[in-house]
Amino acid sequence: MRHTQLRPAIVLTLLLCVITGFIYPGVVTVLAQLFFRRQANGSLVSAAGHAVGSALIGQRFTRPGYFHSRPSAAGAGYDATLSGGTNLGPTSAKLADTLIAHAVDTVVKNDGAMKGKIPSDMVTSSGSGLDPDISPANARLQVARVARVRGMDSSAVRALVDRYTEGRQLGVLGDARVNVLRLNLALDSAPRATSTPVPR
Amino acid sequence: MTGNGWLQIAIFCTAVLLITKPLGVYALRVYDGSMAWLRPVERIIYRASGVDAGDDQHWTDYAISRLIFSGATMLLTYAALRLQQALPFNPQGMPAVTGRQAFETAASFTTNTNWQSYSGETTMSYFSQMTQLTFHNFASAATGIALAMALIRGVVRRSAGRLGNFWVDLVRGTLYLLLPLSVMLALLVVQQGVIQNVSHYLAITTVEGARQVLAMGPVASQEAIKELGTNGGGFFNANSAHPFENPTPWTNLLEMVAIFAIPSALTYTYGRMARNQRHGWAIWSAMFILFLVGVTTVYRAESHGNPIHAARGVDVAASAANPGGNMEGKEVRFGIVNSALFATVTTATSCGAVNSMHDSFTPVGGMVPIINMQLGEVVFGGVGAGMYGMIVMIILTVFIAGLMVGRTPEYLGKKIQAREVQMAMLYVLVFAGEILVLSAIAAVTPAGLKGLNNAGPHGLSETLYAFTSTAANNGSAFAGLTGSTYFYNTLLGLNTLIGRFAMHVPMLALAGFLAEKKIAPESTGSFPVTSPLFVLLLISVILIVGALTFFPALSLGPIVEHFLMDAGRVF
Repeated sequence: MRHTQLRPAIVLTLLLCVITGFIYPGVVTVLAQLFFRRQANGSLVSAAGHAVGSALIGQRFTRPGYFHSRPSAAGAGYDATLSGGTNLGPTSAKLADTLIAHAVDTVVKNDGAMKGKIPSDMVTSSGSGLDPDISPANARLQVARVARVRGMDSSAVRALVDRYTEGRQLGVLGDARVNVLRLNLALDSAPRATSTPVPR
Repeated sequence: MTGNGWLQIAIFCTAVLLITKPLGVYALRVYDGSMAWLRPVERIIYRASGVDAGDDQHWTDYAISRLIFSGATMLLTYAALRLQQALPFNPQGMPAVTGRQAFETAASFTTNTNWQSYSGETTMSYFSQMTQLTFHNFASAATGIALAMALIRGVVRRSAGRLGNFWVDLVRGTLYLLLPLSVMLALLVVQQGVIQNVSHYLAITTVEGARQVLAMGPVASQEAIKELGTNGGGFFNANSAHPFENPTPWTNLLEMVAIFAIPSALTYTYGRMARNQRHGWAIWSAMFILFLVGVTTVYRAESHGNPIHAARGVDVAASAANPGGNMEGKEVRFGIVNSALFATVTTATSCGAVNSMHDSFTPVGGMVPIINMQLGEVVFGGVGAGMYGMIVMIILTVFIAGLMVGRTPEYLGKKIQAREVQMAMLYVLVFAGEILVLSAIAAVTPAGLKGLNNAGPHGLSETLYAFTSTAANNGSAFAGLTGSTYFYNTLLGLNTLIGRFAMHVPMLALAGFLAEKKIAPESTGSFPVTSPLFVLLLISVILIVGALTFFPALSLGPIVEHFLMDAGRVF
């Protein structure tokens, strides 16, 4: 009995490897490319005819005229080949110091608009380091700065933030969020109050 | 904690409850052979591999088949990873995986652990991801369910001594159960934005003119089986926190339900096979109660947030616009509740996928995942593994109940005697022993301490988490630990192997011993295994065996850290 066990082990290893390792992903790839081509290839977003990013992958914004993404631990920040979080624990001194640094930076960046506390997503790093979203509270705190730098009316900027705030999916799932890339692209194509170019 | 948060938890629980019966019935038909629409394919496979589908195996043969198969798959993967640079589907030109890492990865995926000391997007070619890691996701899951079926047959068959045929169970589980569900789930998540291609990584110029390279790959096909098979090995380093693995709250719900689906369904299948459906639901209830306690604890701790961070200006109070709580390592689209829920689901089972970084959880929020794993992952548990782990706990429960009233314990008409209890205890002791001994070694050796990312008690939690996760074949991590060293690759790799095989042998022996026994008719003296009293007793035994064994270690890690955090201490 036992000497006959070697053949099934070897043959089934190879057969199942072909079925689940080639045929199955192959079939899924073909179906995905047929029916969900945009999503299967990364949900790319274009501006002025060329891809500027993926709607699902966060990217770094540093200019004051744009809304900024959350801090990121992916590589040097939003490196989409090095996903990951800080993995710093709750009693980590390094994390506590980083939070202070981010908080100060945030207050300065936002024209001292910060009174009271900071939204919890604004100074913390996400798990993937590629979080495409910020919370509505986070976005609202950046409105004054963006409006001033762009010479826009802050109510117009606030209206854009509201329009780009996604509610919970299906009305219940997840949390409200603002996709930073989409919001910034909308800003770029929004009519400006003055004709001065956006300082970059 | 918000009303909406509880509603989301309730939606998840309802979904799991609703699929338990239909999927349980389906699994029953798959494994008793009445599901036959792929019979021609099955026949070709059996003929090619020389399997006699009618051969009903003794437990020793079943165990040998199981071990040889895993050995063969592990060798194949080791070889494929070492030769990666010479194989196709490698647009990024990934070099060969180092020997120690290839060993650990092969061991880890063979055992359904999927612990990853590498970062997927910089280490694995598409060939390795598809033909090795995706393949293992199927093979190890199908093996797990096969073993659960073997143990169930041992319990319910009369004086047979035979447990079914491993090869047939393996093939049927893969073809009828795992593959169709995976294709469906993969397409559902692609629709939401999970990628599925074999393209070169995509370099784009961002809005501000910087260069960003987007990692690509056949992600959805692996994502689906990663959850359904409670495997948990991410395509990317960030696992299900990565937007290309888990882009929306809807995919997040689908993935969580997929993790619980088969383990939950198997309780129903067991009820049917044992001809005692109420016993199946009693087991489900015990699992569900433990799950609810876990998720409530994590949700509470993470919503409450971290006083050290609150003192530095972070607003931990949730509102409609602010997620609040402890958002370090969490994604905005999931928020606190879905991160807490996912962390509980993934460690209650042997999945180990993560949608947030457990290392950055509050001490109590991070302790629940550790406890979940230390209970032996019987709270729904791994596919198959949760069911057989739970049956071992039930054997101990009826044994203890028997001792309390001074009767020979029996379970579903079978007498539980010395041999059975010895095997059950061996199963429990191997698990506890490997975790505690190996964590202790890591805690006192320089090589072990060098891998830590955090100081203070959190450092101990990191090593304890690592050895618990690998022994329990979970694979999630306090990911700050640098696992990519000789010390950790070797020790953790061995730990996954011990945690799987050294527990399977006593478990199959237990199945074999039970299968030989006659079934005595139930009498007034039989301990009822359908009552709330039974559920309570079962939960107590699980907690006493699991929690008390590990309490001293936990008190030096997360528990002491909790009090230090409240006192504002940092390290």
